[in-house]
Amino acid sequence: MFRRLSRWAIALPVALALAGLSGCGSGDPATSTTSASSSASAGGGAKEVTVFAAASLTGTFTELGKTFEGAHPGTTVKFNFGSSATLAQQITQGAPADVFAAASPATMKTVTDASLASAPTTFVRNKLQIAVPKDNPAKVDELKDLADSKVKVALCAEQVPCGAAAVKALDAAGLKVTPVTLEQDVKATLTKVELGEVDAALVYRTDVIASVGKVQGIEFPEADKAINDYPIATLAKAPAGDLGKQFVDLVLSQQGKDVLAKAGFEAP
Amino acid sequence: MSSSAPEHLDSAGPRGGPTERPVAGREISGRLPWMLVVPAVLGLAFLVLPLAGLVVRAPWSTLLERLAEPHVLEALRLSLVTATIATAMCLLLGVPLAWLLARVDFPGRRLVRALVTVPLVLPPVVGGVALLLVLGRRGLVGQWLEASFGITLPFTTAGVIVAEAFVAMPFLVISVEGALRGADQRFEEAAATLGASRWTVFRRVTLPMVMPGVVAGAVLCWARALGEFGATITFAGNFPGTTRTMPLAVYLALETEPEAAIVLSLVLLAVSVVILASLRDRWVSAP
Repeated sequence: MFRRLSRWAIALPVALALAGLSGCGSGDPATSTTSASSSASAGGGAKEVTVFAAASLTGTFTELGKTFEGAHPGTTVKFNFGSSATLAQQITQGAPADVFAAASPATMKTVTDASLASAPTTFVRNKLQIAVPKDNPAKVDELKDLADSKVKVALCAEQVPCGAAAVKALDAAGLKVTPVTLEQDVKATLTKVELGEVDAALVYRTDVIASVGKVQGIEFPEADKAINDYPIATLAKAPAGDLGKQFVDLVLSQQGKDVLAKAGFEAP
Repeated sequence: MSSSAPEHLDSAGPRGGPTERPVAGREISGRLPWMLVVPAVLGLAFLVLPLAGLVVRAPWSTLLERLAEPHVLEALRLSLVTATIATAMCLLLGVPLAWLLARVDFPGRRLVRALVTVPLVLPPVVGGVALLLVLGRRGLVGQWLEASFGITLPFTTAGVIVAEAFVAMPFLVISVEGALRGADQRFEEAAATLGASRWTVFRRVTLPMVMPGVVAGAVLCWARALGEFGATITFAGNFPGTTRTMPLAVYLALETEPEAAIVLSLVLLAVSVVILASLRDRWVSAP
């Protein structure tokens, strides 16, 4: 008994110390960014605007943020990019933010229902495309090719906006597609195509453009039946007060429209 | 390497039995040192309170009907099966590897030991990408696997097992190696001088001696595999019944219904606690 115990005395601490070292648990990429945005904005001196925006807006909003900082010296724009549904939850749980830009009206509704934002404006729309690897190994050229069981397809999970849009488009075409994977967000779906692990995926047109030639995009007519509206709103408990509204004004201005159009978004 | 010359007996521990430690399992009397007790209690609270939060906020009224949903049971079954197979795989490959690191002196051993621990500190998603680059359809090994045998790992249950084993194996290797280094080698040497082959020594002397270390490592390895998220979703993808394990189901449920996610997490928590507790008791109090 004692001998056994003493061996445990060696084995267990070693093992437990390891468990402590390993950063156990599955990192959740979406929530790990909250700490960055939840640090209270500094009162007085430096001014800060905190913007929560859908992952598909990463490139365009970062650019607009720089423009905003140039126009308002002494102000910094802080971004929290992630899945719209996760961001909406963080806001309803009290994360301090000034602006919320979502990739679907449903996720914005979560926030307006909690009376944390009012009168959202649709500022852009995004359309699906079929993304295929550069060499298009499965010779995909239209939506119905995805129904072939030999073609490996990745879709977004139905819980996230791009997945909901994909289901809508496939239903409109009357197609039954069995994907090999349902990814947690649009960027992960695109990565599977870039690596050539799948033959095709349904992603946004803007993501295909943002991948700078790593994948090929194919337009298809049913995409018009599943267009995603992107709403933007200032939040009721905005710590930065009027600055949030000024950022939204920039997004809605001609300058903002130009940046978004260049990235492949359509005007509402 | 051949077994080194047997040590003299007078280098044994201060009191007889070589594996007995003088203070193990004995109370030291005296006042409690508050310098240690206060941070210890804080540490415990820090670890336990978030779990308590899950239990408090769980939707108890709808718990049972949520659990009975087929997709939940499917994800749970998949998780248990893959974590168990991954642990078996880790045992088959990891115990010999630990033995090699602890008992064979080869050049570059330190580097190898460091390499073995890399998956512990690698962000799991990066581990998943690394697996894709090697075992994916266009990967170094994956291409050849597909061409020669028609095997593709990504998006299959086998892919889930590979991802889990990759992340969990270091736990096993390191705890078994620690046990091997802590074990008294004179028993092995004695067996060798009595004519046992190295394989027999390993099987009949070494392995029984470090069994607690192997079990502790295997349990941790299993628990880690059960909770694996990043490498799995990156390498094996996410499809109900094939690759959607419990952690993936939790993550997706969070997108739409946080309550369902809490329920799923509780299930995972309960399963882990039950298994860990029952295993430890069995192994520690075995006659």
